[in-house]
Formats: sequence, structure tokens, C-alpha cells
Amino acid sequence: MDRQKISERFSELRGRKEGALICYVMAGDPSAEKTEEIVKALVNGGADIIELGFPFSDPVADGPTIQVAGQRALSAGMDTQRYFELIKTLDVGVPLVCMTYYNPVFRYGVEKFVEKAADAGISGLIVPDIPVEEAADLKSSCEKHGLDLIFLIAPTTTEGRVRKILERGSGFLYLVSRLGVTGAREDVSSSTRELLSRVETGLPKAVGFGISTGKQAAEVREAGADAVIVGSAFVKIIEEGKDVNERLEALASELKSGIRRAS
Amino acid sequence: MTETEISEFPAKNSYLNELTDSKKNLKNEQMDQIKGKYGKYGGQYVPEVLMPALEELEEGYERYKNDPEFLAELDHYLQDFAGRKTPLYFARNLSKKYGSKIYLKREDLVHGGAHKLNNAIGQALLAKYMGKTRLIAETGAGQHGTATAMAGANLGLETIVYMGAKDVKRQQMNAYRMELMGTKVVPVETGSRTLKDAINEAFRDWVTNVGSTHYLMGSVVGPHPYPVIVRDFQSVIGREVKEQILQKEGRMPDSIIACAGGGSNAMGIFYPFIEDKEIKLIAVEAGGKSLKCTEKAALHSASLCAGEEGILHGARTKVLQDKNGQILESESVSAGLDYSGVGPELAYLSESGRVTARYATDDEAVEAFHELSRLEGIIPALESSHALAYLKKSSEAGELGEVVVVNLSGRGDKDLETVLNLRGGI
Repeated sequence: MDRQKISERFSELRGRKEGALICYVMAGDPSAEKTEEIVKALVNGGADIIELGFPFSDPVADGPTIQVAGQRALSAGMDTQRYFELIKTLDVGVPLVCMTYYNPVFRYGVEKFVEKAADAGISGLIVPDIPVEEAADLKSSCEKHGLDLIFLIAPTTTEGRVRKILERGSGFLYLVSRLGVTGAREDVSSSTRELLSRVETGLPKAVGFGISTGKQAAEVREAGADAVIVGSAFVKIIEEGKDVNERLEALASELKSGIRRAS
Repeated sequence: MTETEISEFPAKNSYLNELTDSKKNLKNEQMDQIKGKYGKYGGQYVPEVLMPALEELEEGYERYKNDPEFLAELDHYLQDFAGRKTPLYFARNLSKKYGSKIYLKREDLVHGGAHKLNNAIGQALLAKYMGKTRLIAETGAGQHGTATAMAGANLGLETIVYMGAKDVKRQQMNAYRMELMGTKVVPVETGSRTLKDAINEAFRDWVTNVGSTHYLMGSVVGPHPYPVIVRDFQSVIGREVKEQILQKEGRMPDSIIACAGGGSNAMGIFYPFIEDKEIKLIAVEAGGKSLKCTEKAALHSASLCAGEEGILHGARTKVLQDKNGQILESESVSAGLDYSGVGPELAYLSESGRVTARYATDDEAVEAFHELSRLEGIIPALESSHALAYLKKSSEAGELGEVVVVNLSGRGDKDLETVLNLRGGI
């Protein structure tokens, strides 16, 4: 199935003056088959872009919710080959982004990983433990195979680093809304506003880490974000295992209407 | 600082540890050629949120490592708190048995019972100079946690130590020791609930509290500048050996043997000898049960001998991993060597041939543990017993050389229960 590219999706949404909802789940949690249903439910609920995590044994940038999801996926047999097969079979038209850590990519072979990802229909890559300084190989492979390499910017990122990141990033910018690891939290911090206003770029700005409700999504959108990224809140529903698809769809829809309201 | 405080630690002409600048003393062009890179190894593979903290740490270290006040204060702690210099002990009975002159560098006599305090007190002091108020650390068996607890208590810094829940159970006394010194021990329940998970959790804490907190890394692992900082603080070991062996033998040793998990005691004793190419430097890893792996775990901790290139905890190095790049759990009778990675500089030195990587199995290490206890009246740590075990192997192979230095990195009191359980009780 033909999938949109990240830039296509954003320009379409821009035309409608609408913000994007980016939903993260862990591929293979609890199984590859279930992931297919889960992704569909999220898209039905209003997801504009799906981030599919590829599990890593030692995910330092993630909180316990996503770490445990990764362990479940690994126990259920997720590996590189199955991941790419799963991506290929996903029957959705929205852009897909792969999020993983550098070691699985490095071990598989950077060039080969990126090529397979592009073949499978992935349009972007997020590797949270590779700062721009170490990303030369990954960047050139991504350029060669037409993948967006998406970098993170944190509240601690200095102006000099922001410039370096803007030079090399593509697709969208992932703004970390607050210090810490991934995981649902109560408030949207003031550092989000500050970060959104100080990063000047033509790339869409997506805010993630800690967002779990429609109200928060609306606040982030109002503060100037082009997209809202939600992960742990979905992963928690999957972990609980009750009425998963219905609840995922309902949460995606709540988040998306929050974003629309604020658009 | 007031004047009285400054005069408390007056500048001297020389210090126990001068934190020598690698670029000044090493002519090897490949060393430190790019910031934090050792050939292809090293680097900074961390979340963006930590990059500014690493830059700040690097700046802080560069600023204070040549500061006479800092060096004088460090000297004070190394001497009067840690108990340096440590002796270089001629092990007469061991020497007789193996037919070489064997010297033991007595890091087991450092306060806390291991070399770990050399680094912990150095970094804690650095943190204090940098205005940090909170220390966090990871620990496996508890040696580094204990050293951090000592340094934190002494310097008045809030101290939190992350320790795998499995290790907390296995090493209750160590956890209690830390608590006695006012440290909060946090059991880590994720992953394999051992050292690598404790490191992950410490990283997460640091990501969240980066402004107030110094992450006191316990070995020459992790992102730049940690491998440099830890190596420099541990280099006091090798600096002393160089002076002591000249006094005792009037010459340099033929070989230096150290155990290597992450590699801090090995880098500490090797580093001042790197340019003395005729001296053989041998890193002995934990061979565990055997150098094999099951699907989920390695039966050993020998990353240099049997690992493959990868990225773990912020550095490119040799790593125990499966074909999908998932990190394998490691195994060793010695908790301090039980780690799935190794310092990037050691990976580089081993690959370039400057350092020879070998291993000793659990059984061989336990045999050496008993041997030193009986022959010399010194109970070595199980970690250090791996280095001692290599004496037998290499003397059988006729490779030992005339004058040998073994880094006795820690004492074995902490391991009595482990060894006792192995032989099924008293």
C-alpha cells in the first residue's frame, strides 16, 4: 500500500491549518498480529503519523512503561526481520516512523538497516541515543534512501547545538517537552512554551514526552506545536490489555479533537 | 572560598595524582585524536538532553584538573582519607611458586577495600567544585556504590546509588554499608535487575535532574569524557607503581597484569606505562563458566575476548550482544566483572595490540583466590583473583617474564559468602 511521506502529511495538514497527532507504540507488543490491529485503531482514531518502536534491551531514554513494552516485544520474538515484515504488511496510508536505539541499527549494518526500512515503507527514523555529532553515517544512508532522520531537541539544548541540529534534521523536529524520560505526566511544562518559541525552523515542530490527554494536546498545540507526540499513554492501555483497540481509538480521537480545537 | 580554606590545601610541587594530560604525554597519534575517540571506539552516544551536561562536565574537568587548589585537595583525600600511597608488595611465596619476581600493587588496602575510591573521591570533589549538590551512581556488587557513599558523606553531597534488585539481595551488607553513610540505595527492578539496568536507571535520573546532579560513573565506560576522567583519577595506581618498582628493582617490570570488567583498575595501572612498549600489559577478563553464549545470555563477561563492536551506555566499544543488537546478560562469579561491555579505550588498546586480552574462568579465579590466601596471607577480591589466575596460565606457557606486577584491585572479605557457598558451606 502506498504510504504518505512525512512532508506530504504535514503540508496537507497545514493546508487545513490543522495540527498532527503522532502516536507511538512498540512493534510486537504484545505480538506482531496485535500490532497490526493496534495501528489500525490509532489511525481510525485520528493518528496522522505512526511511530513504531523497535525494541532494544537497554533503552536509556525511555521510562519504565516503554522499557517494559520492549521487553514484552522481545519475549514475543520481535527481531529485525520480523519488524520489517510487519511494517510491510501494515495496511495503513499514514507515514510510518521507526524509533529505536543505535545499537540494533549499528549491529544490523547502518546502510542495510536504512535500506530495508525504506523498502518496507518507513519514511522516517528516530534514534534517541545518537546526537548529531555521531550521526554522519546514519544521515548519509538516510539521504541515499530517502528517509527523514528526525532529531530531538531538549530544554537543555544550547543555541549552538540547536543550529547544528537544524542543519541536519529533516521530516520534523522532536522537541522534548521537559527533562526526563518518556512517560505520561500531569502537566505540560512551561519549558515547552519556551522551547517552542526559541527554536526557529521551517520544519514542523512536534512536542513529546509526558502528554496523555486531549487537554494537554490542545495546550501544546496552542503553544505553537505543529504536532503532538503521545506514546506511553497508548502503551499503558496495551499493557493493561482490556478493550485495547476501542480504548486506543478513543484516546487517539480525544487527543486529535484536542489538537483540532486548538488549531 | 575564604583564605583559611585555601591554605588548608596549599599547592605543592608534586601530587600523588597529577591527572596528566594524555595529549602532552602520549605521542601515539591515534590516541584521543578526536574528542573522546580511540580509533573507532568511544564517542558520545547519549540522548540529546545529556549532551550539554557532558559538555559542562568536560569543561569542568579541563578547568580543574590543572588547578593547584583542586589537586592539593585531591591529594589530601588520597593520602589521609583513602590511605595512599598503597604498597607495592613483593610476594615472596607466590614468586617462589611461579619462578618470577611477583609484586602486588595493594589497592586492597585503599579505604573501602578496593581501588574504587581513587575515582569516587576525585569525581565527587570535581562535582563539588562544579557546584553540584547531588551525586548519583550505579553499582554492581556495591564496591563503587560504597566508594561513592564514602566520598558523598565526607564531602557533604546528597548521594543516591542505583543497584539492581538482584544485586541488592545478593549484597545486602554492601547496601547496608551505603545506607550507614547516609546514601539512599534504590533497587532497580527493570531488565535483568543487575548492573547494566542500574546504569540505565542512573542515566534516567541524570536526564531528569541534570542541573543539580553529577553522575559519578564507576568505570572507564560510558560517553566521553567519562573514560578519560575515570582513567585519569585511577592513573595514580600506575604512577605509584612506576616509582616503586624503580626503587625496588631498579628497572621496569616485564609485564603488568590486571583484571578487567569495565576496566578501571586495568586502565589505572596500565595508562602510565602505555608508551613503554616493551612492557607487556595484560587485561584478564571474566571467563565465567565458558566463553559461550545461550540465546539470551553470555556465560561469561569477556567483552574484549569474545564481544563484538557495538554501542552500549554511551560509547562504541566491544559488547556482548546477539545478532539483533540486543545486549546479552553477562555472567561471572565476581560481581565486579559481571558487565556486558568494556571501556572504549581498552577495546582500542586491545585491538591495536598494545594490551593483551586474556580470560580466567570462575574455577580458575576461585583457585587463585585460595592460593593467595594460603601463600601470602592476603585474601584477594574475586575480581583481582582473575588477574592472579593468569599467573598460573602464563607461567605454564613460559610467558610470565622476570619481574611481574599484578594489580590487587580489592580485598576479598566481601566475597567470603560467595566462596563459602561454592564449596557448600563450612
